[in-house]
Amino acid sequence: MIERIIILTLVTGGVYALLAVGFSLIFGNARVINMAHTAFFMLAAYGLWYFMRQLGIGTIWSILITVPAITLLGILAYRYLINPIREHLAAVLLMTVAIAMAFQELMTALFSNNYWSIPALIPGYTDILGVRVTNQYLLTLGIVAVVIVIVWLILTKTKLGIALRATAQDAEVANLMGISVPRTLMITMGIATALAGVAAVAVAPLWTIYPDMWTRPLVMVLVIVVLGGLGSIKGAIIGAFIIALVENLVMTLMPSYSYLSMVFAILTMVIVLSVRPGGLFGVMFEEERL
Amino acid sequence: MLRRLLNNLRWSVLPVPGRVIAIVFFVALFIFPLITDSTYYLYILTISNLLVIFAVSWDLLSGYSGQVNFGHALFFGVAAYSVGLLNKYFGWQPWATIPIGALVATGVGVLTCFPALRLRGPYLSLLTMAFPLMLLGLVMAFKEWTGGEFGIPGLPALAATKVGEYYICLVVMTVAVLIMWKLTDAGSKYVRTGLIFHAIREDEIAARASGINTIRYKILAFVIGGFFAGLAGALYAHILGTVGISSLSMVMSFRAIIYVVFGGIVSIYGAVVGVYTLQTLLQFLGVGGTTFIGQNQILIMAIIVILILLFMPEGVAVWVRGKIERECPRCKLSNAAWRRECRACSAPLR
Repeated sequence: MIERIIILTLVTGGVYALLAVGFSLIFGNARVINMAHTAFFMLAAYGLWYFMRQLGIGTIWSILITVPAITLLGILAYRYLINPIREHLAAVLLMTVAIAMAFQELMTALFSNNYWSIPALIPGYTDILGVRVTNQYLLTLGIVAVVIVIVWLILTKTKLGIALRATAQDAEVANLMGISVPRTLMITMGIATALAGVAAVAVAPLWTIYPDMWTRPLVMVLVIVVLGGLGSIKGAIIGAFIIALVENLVMTLMPSYSYLSMVFAILTMVIVLSVRPGGLFGVMFEEERL
Repeated sequence: MLRRLLNNLRWSVLPVPGRVIAIVFFVALFIFPLITDSTYYLYILTISNLLVIFAVSWDLLSGYSGQVNFGHALFFGVAAYSVGLLNKYFGWQPWATIPIGALVATGVGVLTCFPALRLRGPYLSLLTMAFPLMLLGLVMAFKEWTGGEFGIPGLPALAATKVGEYYICLVVMTVAVLIMWKLTDAGSKYVRTGLIFHAIREDEIAARASGINTIRYKILAFVIGGFFAGLAGALYAHILGTVGISSLSMVMSFRAIIYVVFGGIVSIYGAVVGVYTLQTLLQFLGVGGTTFIGQNQILIMAIIVILILLFMPEGVAVWVRGKIERECPRCKLSNAAWRRECRACSAPLR
């Protein structure tokens, strides 16, 4: 029981962490609440399914096509749809909602409202401490761990990462220091959608693929990001595992009430917010403080 | 009395094209049943009028007072479910349940304030988004009472005929929009709320420093927004004859945002334009889902929204108004764009 909860928490928490880190990056840098974030994730899952099951291309090649394609799509969407109207906050919000809706309806029109699935990328089981774990879970865990470490290294060790964090702290001063803010924001959007694409690769064999699969992760990501503190990468990762733990506890201990897992996750967020109005690791900005 | 009305019409409505369009629009709505008695069109317009109340109440709460609410369906759904439950278990009739539903939604609005007043900006938006989803979980948990995903069917109709229902909803919509318009009118001589909402949105510290009890007015915004959204939800339940989980869903919350931002946020007429272009026009064009537009309604709506926002990010209605009206630089009165000098103070307009 406990082992099962731990394994599931690590897997779902890892996937949520990938999504939440991307969402948090965009919010922190561009101040855009990107409601289309998990729609890119849905699109990547569909891409993977289409290349593997419909066209019969090998797994590696499908991944190598899907993830860069989704990244490019994210950058293009930012460059041509979001960037031109960035001063109008409400318009940006509606734009991302409209993009997400368009993606969902496009997938419904192309592949109908059916449920699809992808076989495990590596079939079989492994015994760990007497628990039978599917290899797919291990693969997902591995992908998540590697990617999070890479993102962490990029953000803390490289020049690009310093530019990203500087823009997040104060875009105007970053601009004065010679950082091209529009380019940085485009790169941020690219990294964020790439993370969504990787999350789709990691989780597509475990979840069913259908046009509406983006709304539940979106709510979870919003809950996680608010819980951890908007714009904080550390908060996003820790929040992801907290929420995944709550979700899996509900699902394992009360299987007949598993549809309430989202409610309990939201409840956790409300409790945390009523104690700390800025989330666990919330970053308060001078001009936004009151 | 009549003379004053005519004078008003002659001197402050007819010279401003935006106001003429608004009057013509409402007159057209009132005489619409005389032109056609197709139940389909009447039904669509009835639903649209209720969505107008819903969208305008979101605009009052989020646009004017600046507390961007992502979970406006909470008020809508609470009212719809209280109407449904009162009718199912006590057999109460619409004239009793609808005011109670709206008041319950108002109460929920006050309750929402307690956690919401501590937060601001995106935190507030995302917290409010959570409430209807939590309530949805409760509805699913008490399936025996609420009917779960099947909802509560068999509510009585508002009136015997479709035309009767149409007129009830139209009158309620007109009155509700008028009240909310007056409450948010920053230039009003009688009501201060409009000015204070603007002040809170622009700078809450400055508003507080000027001696305004901002907390009280933020609660007031939740109360008014909750009441009118609840009114819309209660009427909606009776028009459809059923209460379902869709009235609490995230889609419902986002519909308000879509209509208002599309038409133009912080303007009451923007919400009306948003509903009537996105909802009504698309329904009229896609009769019963038989045409191409009918089958891909949401996709077409999303693409229209994306394209329109790229060119008019402040909203369709605001953009059009900026094209046909011009504000006098001296006396701030609006004039038709084709006039050379202001109609009141004859200052040159360009």
